[in-house]
Amino acid sequence: MAVVFEKPKALTDAVFHYCPGCPHGIIHRLVAEVIDELGIEGKAIGVAPVGCAVMAYDYFACDMIEAAHGRAPAVATGIKRCRPENVVFTYQGDGDLASIGMAETVHSAARNENITVIFVNNAIYGMTGGQMAPTSLPGQVTQTSPYGRDVNHCGWPIKVCEMLSTLEGPEYITRVAVNNVKNVKNAKKAIKKAFQNQIEGKGFSLVEVVSACPTNWGMTPQQALEWVESDMLPYYPIGVYKDRTAAKEGTV
Amino acid sequence: MAERVLMKGNEAIAEAAIRAGCRHYFGYPITPQTEIAAYMAKKMPKIGGVFLQAESEVASINMVYGAAAAGMRVMTSSSSPGISLKAEGLSYIAGSDVPALVVNVQRGGPGLGGIQPSQSDYFQATKGGGHGDYRMIVLAPASVQEMASLTIKGFNLADKYLMTAMILADGTIGQMMEPISFEDAEIETYEKPWALTGTNCERKHNVVNSLYLKPDELEAKNFERYERYKIVEQNEAMWEEYMMEDAELCVVAFGIASRVAKNAVAAARAEGIKVGLIRPITLWPFPKDALAFAAEKVKGFVSVELSMGQMIEDIRLATQCNKPVGLCNRCGGMIPSPDEVLESIRKAQKGEF
Repeated sequence: MAVVFEKPKALTDAVFHYCPGCPHGIIHRLVAEVIDELGIEGKAIGVAPVGCAVMAYDYFACDMIEAAHGRAPAVATGIKRCRPENVVFTYQGDGDLASIGMAETVHSAARNENITVIFVNNAIYGMTGGQMAPTSLPGQVTQTSPYGRDVNHCGWPIKVCEMLSTLEGPEYITRVAVNNVKNVKNAKKAIKKAFQNQIEGKGFSLVEVVSACPTNWGMTPQQALEWVESDMLPYYPIGVYKDRTAAKEGTV
Repeated sequence: MAERVLMKGNEAIAEAAIRAGCRHYFGYPITPQTEIAAYMAKKMPKIGGVFLQAESEVASINMVYGAAAAGMRVMTSSSSPGISLKAEGLSYIAGSDVPALVVNVQRGGPGLGGIQPSQSDYFQATKGGGHGDYRMIVLAPASVQEMASLTIKGFNLADKYLMTAMILADGTIGQMMEPISFEDAEIETYEKPWALTGTNCERKHNVVNSLYLKPDELEAKNFERYERYKIVEQNEAMWEEYMMEDAELCVVAFGIASRVAKNAVAAARAEGIKVGLIRPITLWPFPKDALAFAAEKVKGFVSVELSMGQMIEDIRLATQCNKPVGLCNRCGGMIPSPDEVLESIRKAQKGEF
């Protein structure tokens, strides 16, 4: 019988702990497929965050390390500077990357650290039960913004790709989504490019994946994906925000 | 005769680290330890190593964590307020059982404090600093020679026991110059099968991690770690004794304070007071047995510290409060004169502690 679909080798047999309808499963799979396709499982080293993906070290079959909250890019820097021949990636959420770890994010980008950053933005702190994130939308109801995010009180959500693209340093900054088949396919292309850039020594590549959190948004998985389209993507538009090589070659 | 070179204490640490095989240094500027970073910045690129100035102490200790997990001899250095920022990383490094060397060239605190020498991070270094049950091996150099030799020793011990070794120095020893030799340095190397190297698709993946959500697993991990710490306590305590053979009083001091104390002990001896000095070289493990043994013969102790009195608690614990312990201290960047220490010895001689 012909095998038409199977689990990527870069994933272990561990069962994901993610909630039903959570796109982390899709995004893990995309990263693992890319690792398989590039044949880099043997030299990949992943850095897990603090947040919902905290146990990613159990799911990816390559060598893994668990970082403190927000520190994944610093840990990845330490590893990559020691082992430049390895392929080092981080997998982080919005609280991890855009709040507590913003300094590490900005400075690893500014250094054009030759690492790959997968940034999952679902506009909420999932693991701790649904608090306001640095990327929660204006008016968004969360456990710690029960009357909706009041931008006059707690400020505006941070657009990470737009901000990082102002830096000279990074090679590739892009935003994708995983709310429909077309977007999932494009997300995989971006992730693959982000890993290829590292293999080619081009430097810091960050893929922001606009995701969903049905559990903490209080929606069904279907509604959550619709909310990504209707509310998240207008605020966080899909697109390539920086691609130095393409800019140099005049292809953008 | 061994070749001797004149070096500044901070530079001796940096040179010793390189000789110990350290090729990765991550740091952030802070007085009074910047010579270490400056030395590394100059040397590392010439020898195929990495010097990287991080965006913060927090980032630098996490770079150390990554490099240590990757199996490298790696270090960072800072001074008191910077070490507070590194405390998070120190806890993760301990919880993940990877080896690292961290230098604290202490300055006065709390808060921003001052930039003059101090020993007021004794508690932070020996009792934790970061969260959770863990220990660090804490080495307290009292000379530029020891800045070098304890750095090499620190790397060896860190690799041997999969712990952080901290060099707890102070601004004085960091800044002063003395002739030193590197010729006796013994570099030990250890296999690191747990390191992140990439699986090469030949083994199961290595995971460096401090998260254990199942309480029984976390407890077992902590018990296991403390079994290792027990071996460190049994085997690695280091101290120096000076004129203790017939001593009736014992001065206890480490680092720069011990040099002042040594002069005071010699002066007291000239006055006919039978006093000696115990100088802990490891602050953790604390040389408990030496103190307990001394407590059987002396009538009391004087702890000389550049703090409000922190090591004094360990002296009391080690001697089970069997003998009185006096405190001769200055802090905030002030250093006691030999006369001040001599005066506390005279008082102790009269039974005033």
